[in-house]
Amino acid sequence: MSLSEPRPGTATRETLPGPSIDFWKHRHVLDLDDFSREETDLVFEIAEGMVEILDRDVKKVPTLRGKTIATMFFEPSTRTRASFEMAAKYLGADTISLDAVRSSVAKGESLIDSLRTLQALEVDAIIMRHPCSGAPYIAAHNLDTSIINAGDGWHAHPSQGLLDIFTMRQQLGDLKGRKAVIVGDILHSRVARSNIWGTRHYGMKLILCAPPTLIPHGLPEMLEKCSLGHVTIEYDLDSAIKNADIVMPLRLQKERQQSGLISSLREYIQGYQINAARLAGAKPDVLVMHPGPMNEGAEISPDVAYGTRSLIEQQVTNGVAVRMALLYLIAGGKNR
Amino acid sequence: MTNDRLLIKNARIIDPAAGIEETGDILITKGKISKTGKNISAAGAAVIDASGLIACPGFIDLHCHLRQPGYENKETIATGAAAAARGGYTTICCMPNTNPPLDSAATVSYVNDIATRDAPLVKILPVGCITAGRAGRELANMIELSAAGCIGFSDDGSPVSDSRIMSLAMENAAVLGLPVIDHCEDISLSQGGHMNDGWVAVRLGLKGIPAAAEEIMVARDIALCELTGARLHVTHISTAGSTQLVRDAKQRGLKVTCDVTPHNLTLTHERVMKVQDDPRTSLAYDTNARVTPPLRSPADIAALIQGITDGTIDAIATDHAPHTIEEKLCEFENAVSGISGFETAFGVLMSLVHTGRISLNALLTCLTAGPASILRNGAGTLKPGACADLALLDIDHEWTVNVHDFLSKGRNTPFAGCKLKGVVVATISGGCLSFRHNSLRIS
Amino acid sequence: MPEKILLNSSDIERALVRVAHEILERNKGATNIVFVGIKTRGVPLAQRLVAIIRGMEQVDIPVGSLDITLYRDDVSSLSFKHVVQQTYVPFDITSKHLILVDDVFYTGRSIRAALDALIDLGRPETIQLAVLIDRGHRELPIRADFVGKNIPTARNEEIKVYLSEVDAVDKVTVMRTEGGKNELK
Repeated sequence: MSLSEPRPGTATRETLPGPSIDFWKHRHVLDLDDFSREETDLVFEIAEGMVEILDRDVKKVPTLRGKTIATMFFEPSTRTRASFEMAAKYLGADTISLDAVRSSVAKGESLIDSLRTLQALEVDAIIMRHPCSGAPYIAAHNLDTSIINAGDGWHAHPSQGLLDIFTMRQQLGDLKGRKAVIVGDILHSRVARSNIWGTRHYGMKLILCAPPTLIPHGLPEMLEKCSLGHVTIEYDLDSAIKNADIVMPLRLQKERQQSGLISSLREYIQGYQINAARLAGAKPDVLVMHPGPMNEGAEISPDVAYGTRSLIEQQVTNGVAVRMALLYLIAGGKNR
Repeated sequence: MTNDRLLIKNARIIDPAAGIEETGDILITKGKISKTGKNISAAGAAVIDASGLIACPGFIDLHCHLRQPGYENKETIATGAAAAARGGYTTICCMPNTNPPLDSAATVSYVNDIATRDAPLVKILPVGCITAGRAGRELANMIELSAAGCIGFSDDGSPVSDSRIMSLAMENAAVLGLPVIDHCEDISLSQGGHMNDGWVAVRLGLKGIPAAAEEIMVARDIALCELTGARLHVTHISTAGSTQLVRDAKQRGLKVTCDVTPHNLTLTHERVMKVQDDPRTSLAYDTNARVTPPLRSPADIAALIQGITDGTIDAIATDHAPHTIEEKLCEFENAVSGISGFETAFGVLMSLVHTGRISLNALLTCLTAGPASILRNGAGTLKPGACADLALLDIDHEWTVNVHDFLSKGRNTPFAGCKLKGVVVATISGGCLSFRHNSLRIS
Repeated sequence: MPEKILLNSSDIERALVRVAHEILERNKGATNIVFVGIKTRGVPLAQRLVAIIRGMEQVDIPVGSLDITLYRDDVSSLSFKHVVQQTYVPFDITSKHLILVDDVFYTGRSIRAALDALIDLGRPETIQLAVLIDRGHRELPIRADFVGKNIPTARNEEIKVYLSEVDAVDKVTVMRTEGGKNELK
């Protein structure tokens, strides 16, 4: 076949291989409260494609070649940061990582100024973790660059919520009618909150189980005002865990005991630790998840953490795939 | 205005202290109200055509922050007074959380001198500290402060957490005949909190400040008021519980008064989450809505409005708290609290009148006669012989809040960009125009 | 111009039979051959070719499916992304003769993306390209080894392949678009 000159002004597209995604409107990923069912399903579909790449010997595709993804973690984190960085690298992007503890933030530079520097460097997306709730929103309101929230204070951790639900679907298929229980420090948990929002589309029941001091006062009203009727609160673990399909303990931080929110570690373990005996009340094939890092012997017993019901390793793998999907959707293609 | 006679014609005169509401003219001579009535003529007087306008006593603000000395980057007495005049205020009481604080005659005299020099057309009345340095440990020299001109005592910005200290302060204040103006906050409950403790705080992942943190201290102060016989003024109440406590105390005949801010009457805690008319759907985390006490629930607002209507609440005070832009352009929990309120107060409050939630008379009482009765200085009325402090109001004039027009240095307000209906057209202080709107018709 | 049918079901079948013969001829039989179809319609075409070859030679040849979305080089705006689907090539391609199958061969960019993807999966002995329709207008120096039918087209025309596995009907049509109809926004 001879080559011919393309007529000026005409595109040279070929028939597209799959459905295009007109409905994806997110410039940022801040929380799952503004993700529709379609959008969440889309992330999962793409993540499945990414899982296959993680099985290859050469874990690299050229999709984000030439793009730079910046991670800016104002709070220490090994796992989430590593997960995002690997996701970016597998997609062929360059990454820069700012450890805000040692950077100019320590010198008193404000959040906005630090992020403006990154914007001036023309990074394609900023992955941000911050101890203050709402920080990524302030960033998104004041900058042009896309922001992906890797955890803000007590408020949200959208990529974790997505990978949790992705993992549940992977194991259980259709989640309609399934029951998941999140146990632990709900008050301070951004993971619990993002799971609350993420699961609302899937017909699941979500139970939050904790001692009363670790459940926020305003939570029942919040669930009602935000039409999150699939969530219930339960203080007694045995009642909560009855017939559960998934149990997810949350990390118990030592500071909670010091600040008087729980009386003692011993009492907490007695009431709320996830161990083999406790799981007897759940479904026989109950699965255990954990957002990590674990405090073994505290909220979860080691035998359960590393046992056959544990999905914790899959969560880590799926985490990279889900984050690759998010990076593809946010930073893929030429933005603006 | 150098003319010593000013005639205001055809105004709808409302003087809540005198119980007067009638259409007529007001003649001002040499800084005092010389007469009011119909068809007054005065040769050689400057004439304001006030048809369609309301004439009422100039507003009195029991609680504002002028930031000078020490925080002149946020505001000075000059800029604060100009903003107050624009808001219709002829008398303002400035709180002592300056640097140095107003805990000595020297600093109070400094404020008095600057006020005389830089803001001659607004009466600025200082509030003295309750404790030395506002540290809450030792009493300030209350007699000295009273002699220097303080009209009351407060550690505002902070509560007085030690009940014994508060009790002693009240005993002293009782003898001096001055009110103790308390900022009611139980720090052990409010510490680390950033907004009202309710469903919005859960939604936003922010630690909340429960209503009880305020109510505990209101109850404590009322008990101490009963014990000492002092005059207690609870400033910036924000909850239904506090309103009820004050109501009960008044019913028992105790000398308790209170004030509420315009923002606590009109904005709920949802304002932190979203900005009206903002097309963005994501959460706002608007630091302009960060204020102490925090914006509360709709039920609290309903109770506060009821408090105004039934007289439980004596006054509306702005708690004008200007801050710099950088102090608000940050994470919500790191942002300072405070709203720059002088220039929006009247317009915002008129929304309650226009929607029928409070009467115009009740509003003007809370802005004039109510605070005047706490100051006990004869202000807040248009009786002949009174000092000519007036505000001329156009309650139907529609305008949009543009913070770049503010005379205050503080641009921090959740009302930025809001459409309001009701504006101050002129403020007259001692017979002189301290502020005029461009729609004022004067010859 | 309304959609005009160029090939019907039996035309497609005949073309595929001929291509299958050519593949066997070129490769001197069916040993060491694997098929990989480019999603979406390259996959059922590859499966049909394999079925035809099974009928002739009584051998089963593995078929994989390749998603090239992540390898595309075209400018795409935020609103025009594509869903990434799974690549499924559950066999070794190293040292094999890999027949890459697609429905319409046009600019050559999809094939370039597919070649990049295949290199990441292994090192075939050869990669040979089989297409149902070649419509011309190459932008890259890539050629097809096996062509079902050559259909010269104008740039403002669109060739659409319908396969019963995906579209419930078998046909190939041409349609004129208004200059920018299939242009990216």
